[in-house]
Amino acid sequence: MNHSVIVEVTLRRGIADPQGATIERALPALGFTGVHSMRAGKLFRFDVEAADAEEARATAQSLAQRLLSNPVIEDAHVRVEEVRPA
Amino acid sequence: MTRVAVVVFPGSNCEYDVMSAMAQLGASAELVFHSATTLGDVDGVILPGGFAHGDYLRPGAIARFSPVMTAVSDFAAAGGAVLGVCNGFQVLTEAGLLPGALQKNRGLTFLCQPTTLVVSSTRSVLTRAATPGQELVIPINHFSGAYTCDDETYASLVRHDQIVLRYRDNPNGSRDDIAAVSNEAGNVVGLMPHPERAMSTLLGSADGRVLLEGFLGLGVGAGAGRGGGVGAQ
Repeated sequence: MNHSVIVEVTLRRGIADPQGATIERALPALGFTGVHSMRAGKLFRFDVEAADAEEARATAQSLAQRLLSNPVIEDAHVRVEEVRPA
Repeated sequence: MTRVAVVVFPGSNCEYDVMSAMAQLGASAELVFHSATTLGDVDGVILPGGFAHGDYLRPGAIARFSPVMTAVSDFAAAGGAVLGVCNGFQVLTEAGLLPGALQKNRGLTFLCQPTTLVVSSTRSVLTRAATPGQELVIPINHFSGAYTCDDETYASLVRHDQIVLRYRDNPNGSRDDIAAVSNEAGNVVGLMPHPERAMSTLLGSADGRVLLEGFLGLGVGAGAGRGGGVGAQ
């Protein structure tokens, strides 16, 4: 089965995020008020061939930890989106 | 003569500056491609600056899986002298050979300027020929140079005297002004500034010499040995 996976990588809480802070500072100039806690991150979308969603999740989790994120500064959040016949 | 391997990844761009610096200091250096599985018979290894694998994903994230990195890890584990400059530092942190990580600079600005560094520890292979508190003017050239680590790692760095160099005037938001760190044994060092670009007063500064001489085991007393002497196991 083909599982569509999304991995979100964001900086861990407590790690300074100059990109998020810069975006947040630009918002008042556009008239957006009351928007805060802006964090910038990365999103990866890919397909995994696996018997079931759990196996796909485990594979994605492992590669998210080993390659897509640096666990020293980043958190990775894995979502298995949908299942399609291979 | 001291022999040094200079590792070249696709996108490295400071390897010839390092080669030139090594030649000026009388060392014999050769380029070792990222696909190599051995380093040859060398006394030290340098990972030069640049943008290995385009810095895609994160600086150093792809380079750490290069075949040559297994040889670099083995060499480091055997007590060999390993130096990562700029992108090389980023590769060493991604590879887990040095603690912490390098993050985007505070202010999101690419920085290319001379910086004044203060020698914090002299027990690393990079600073063994320098004196504690010595100030060195060496240029930086990076976008992701803000040294970051958690509190536990920071406490461990302090406890084991692993903070090697600090910026006098922090340019990039590094934690505790850190410009260079070593592993616990002191034989693996990474720094963001470029000592190989500070080899001649005619070109701005010759302060990189004392660092690279120390790395090559020159200008230090008996016992420090050639590359790999410090913390050899």
